Amino acid sequence: MTVANAPVLVSDAAESSTRRHSPSGPATRRPLRGLVKYLGLTPFAVYVVLFLAIPTTIAVVSGFFTDDGAFTFDNVLGLFAPNVLATFGSSFWVSAVTAVVGAVVGALVCYALLGTRADGPLRSFIDSASSVLAQFGGVMLAFAFIAAIGSQGLITVLLKDVFGLDIFANGVWLYQVQGLLPVYIYFQVPLMIITFMPALSGLKLQWAEANATLGGTRFTYWTRIAFPVLAPSFFGSLLLLFANAFSSYATAAALISQGAQIVPLQIRAALVSETVLGRENMAGALALGMVIVMVVVMWGYSVLQNRTSRWQK
Amino acid sequence: MSRAGTRRVDNSVAVRMGSEPSRAVRWIILGVVGLVFCIPIVAMVVFSFKDGLGGGYTLAHWSGLFDEDAARTYRNLFTGIGNSLLLAVVTVAIVLVVLLPTMILVHLQFPRLRRTLEFICIIPITVPAIVLVVGLAPVYSVVVKVVGGSVWTLALAYGITVLPYAYRAIQSNLDAVDVITLSEAGRTLSANWGKILWFVLLPNLKRGVLAASFISVAVVLGEFTIASLLNRTNLQTALLQVSQSDPYVAVIFALLALALAFLLLLSIGRIGRTRTGSSS
Amino acid sequence: MSLTAPTRIMTAEPGSGATVVLKDVIKSYGSMQALTGIDLTIAPGEFIALLGPSGCGKTTALRALSGLEQIDGGTIVIDGVNVESVPTNKRDIGMVFQSYSLFPHMTVLENVEFGLRMRKVAKADRRTRAGEALEMVGLGAHGERFAHQLSGGQQQRVALARALVTRPRVLLLDEPLSALDAKVRVQLREEIRRITTDLGITTVFVTHDQEEALAVADRVAVMRAGRIEQIGTPEELYATPVNTFVADFVGLTSRIPAELVDGAVLVHGVPLPLLGEAQPDGPVLAYIRPEDVALASQGDAGAIEATVVSSSFLGSLRRTIFQLPDESLISVQHAVEEHPVVGAQAWLRLKASAVAASPRS
Repeated sequence: MTVANAPVLVSDAAESSTRRHSPSGPATRRPLRGLVKYLGLTPFAVYVVLFLAIPTTIAVVSGFFTDDGAFTFDNVLGLFAPNVLATFGSSFWVSAVTAVVGAVVGALVCYALLGTRADGPLRSFIDSASSVLAQFGGVMLAFAFIAAIGSQGLITVLLKDVFGLDIFANGVWLYQVQGLLPVYIYFQVPLMIITFMPALSGLKLQWAEANATLGGTRFTYWTRIAFPVLAPSFFGSLLLLFANAFSSYATAAALISQGAQIVPLQIRAALVSETVLGRENMAGALALGMVIVMVVVMWGYSVLQNRTSRWQK
Repeated sequence: MSRAGTRRVDNSVAVRMGSEPSRAVRWIILGVVGLVFCIPIVAMVVFSFKDGLGGGYTLAHWSGLFDEDAARTYRNLFTGIGNSLLLAVVTVAIVLVVLLPTMILVHLQFPRLRRTLEFICIIPITVPAIVLVVGLAPVYSVVVKVVGGSVWTLALAYGITVLPYAYRAIQSNLDAVDVITLSEAGRTLSANWGKILWFVLLPNLKRGVLAASFISVAVVLGEFTIASLLNRTNLQTALLQVSQSDPYVAVIFALLALALAFLLLLSIGRIGRTRTGSSS
Repeated sequence: MSLTAPTRIMTAEPGSGATVVLKDVIKSYGSMQALTGIDLTIAPGEFIALLGPSGCGKTTALRALSGLEQIDGGTIVIDGVNVESVPTNKRDIGMVFQSYSLFPHMTVLENVEFGLRMRKVAKADRRTRAGEALEMVGLGAHGERFAHQLSGGQQQRVALARALVTRPRVLLLDEPLSALDAKVRVQLREEIRRITTDLGITTVFVTHDQEEALAVADRVAVMRAGRIEQIGTPEELYATPVNTFVADFVGLTSRIPAELVDGAVLVHGVPLPLLGEAQPDGPVLAYIRPEDVALASQGDAGAIEATVVSSSFLGSLRRTIFQLPDESLISVQHAVEEHPVVGAQAWLRLKASAVAASPRS
């Protein structure tokens, strides 16, 4: 599942809505009123504890225990085994490459949309298409790419017959880690469009006009004004794309039926078979590793979002 | 009254200033990217009409869906579809019955908790499904003991995974409609909270509620990770399984699911626009 | 509001203001004609206000001058040079926008020196001149702040300093005060006027607030539907409006049903001279200014009976609305000492000033 439509992590509106609503009615009913109000929060609290807090804790902490319940660092140390490190390395590589390509291509599309009407047909279509394609991951996307560039895919055959190009001359890479690259990019670009478009539309026309009246050119506008203003948002979106690719499971699972080339697949292997590397509860250790990476990346994202919202007033 | 915020500039002036690309550049970028992105979808469509490896084309794969045998041959697939639809309904129910009232309550009565609520609803992005599922297995073994092992229980996990999207959809509606002032107005007109909720708040939250529901449905229909690793059958796991024996049907259903998601998300956009004529 | 002595840091260089001539300027947006033939000549160092309701084309005219709008016909000449095809960044103009024009990621000082940077001025020189410009607008100590840390009024002052630091020949201001609080508006418009006079820069100021235009400009051009209805000094526009649109738009007027007889406007029996071109006799609406009506006593010559409807205390004067026998309402400005009581009967006297009139059906 993808991280489409990720909300802005900082809401300035929260700062302003600190009005207190004093309960009306006689003083004797106040304590009861207050209690009833808090009761209203319990269903959600219980739900979140049961299905979010507890599973997360189990996932992250189980790596520290053996099957018998004894505390151990074995599993966590196992994260530093060469092949597990290689798996993390592959995950980083795939996530970084697809994040960068997705960010650049997505930003170009957003740039191309500058100047079009915000509620016009072109933008609405691209908005909707991006929302759909950002969610169009997993199994269905794998099918689409197999149909397009699989061994008998439309493009594969076309290239072979018309141009004499055999893209699989050195082996069918679609079902290996390299194959994830084009597939991930397919949902990274729409996610970038969704996340970055607000920042690009937030470029005030007055800035370009002021630049012109002060004697600046197109070049000075982009290098001195637009790029610096957009930088936090661009890199924030880049981080979001990285997190999105890093945590993605379904697509890889559909394309790569066996093996543990990236971290989510390694978790699959750990869950499906009893032990990985002869260690139990490796899945928990891997989950802990993933969460640490995700927390760092998402923290970076929220810091950059803060910067952006300060300027886009 | 100046229309500074909505001023449109001539394209030629804008291109010289740098605030817009020239029409040529715009259409080259959009054209190339659009073309590349159409390829996988077109490939799926073409594939669904292919007649084996021979190279001919046939309608057989599509028409085969309406065969009498179809229900039997693709039983697992139809089970998966049914399950996913059921899960979608239950997930939306969770959003409407648990999340929505909580968000309204926090917005009205606990403004200080708003940051906390937002943070909670964003955690599922940092803790992705693949991590969550590691901890869900033990939880579900308890759930199965308490309420049984039917597939709808999966929706309890799905409610968590849709939290970020549903939260944002509802919150942007709550922010756009000044719910606090409306409910204060209702109270000064001597309505009790039940009446305010029903007559004043919910009608104004239709847009956010519908958007949250639609996007939850889209997410649930596309969910694979948790269902697969908890050994349940849903649309996506069934698709994967069917693709091994009959790739054509798998591709056809993937196309149908894509079309449905597109319709759903178009409707969200429509809903957002019919309010004031501008997109939300 | 405190009055501080102006700091004279930057002074006019000889010949610094430019002559600006717009001739027959036309601009359309599709089927909508925004400018239908503007003719305007501005002398060097003159301060002109473009005044009118929204949609009258005043901002379009300003933006055409700046080059941010391309015109469809006519000529724009600055200091004898045709500039219609000269891009904005080569026209050597300064512009202050209504809002949001400061670059958010730069400090105030960096914003102000931006124009100098574009002209490749050396760093030390840039800093000094930018500093002086900031002193001129009273923000010398705020150089290291960012736009979002400043109030609206301060932001507009920085925008002004930024526009002026390069000594442009023409300064254009697009409703620079509309987004500000009333008190700040009054203070800032005085400062803008003072600074542009000191520097001798030709200034074009767009506003929809007639009080603002009358207060600061040398000449005011009242615009409607893409053309200039009248251009003249504030006094001319106020005392001798050329038609009823200008009479109504500039200053307060009450519209009173009257009769035009033998070229004189008969208002409740009192004859007043007609302002503007001669019109055929008949029923008309007379446009009467509040200060041209006075409170009187019952026996006075030409006294008109009226009833008090409402009264507002405005600090240095009072403005009271009366209802006349024919049920029309008239606004009267008078001394603070007189306290009309709501509902009471009173008598009014019309002063012998000329009034504009339009036919009444």
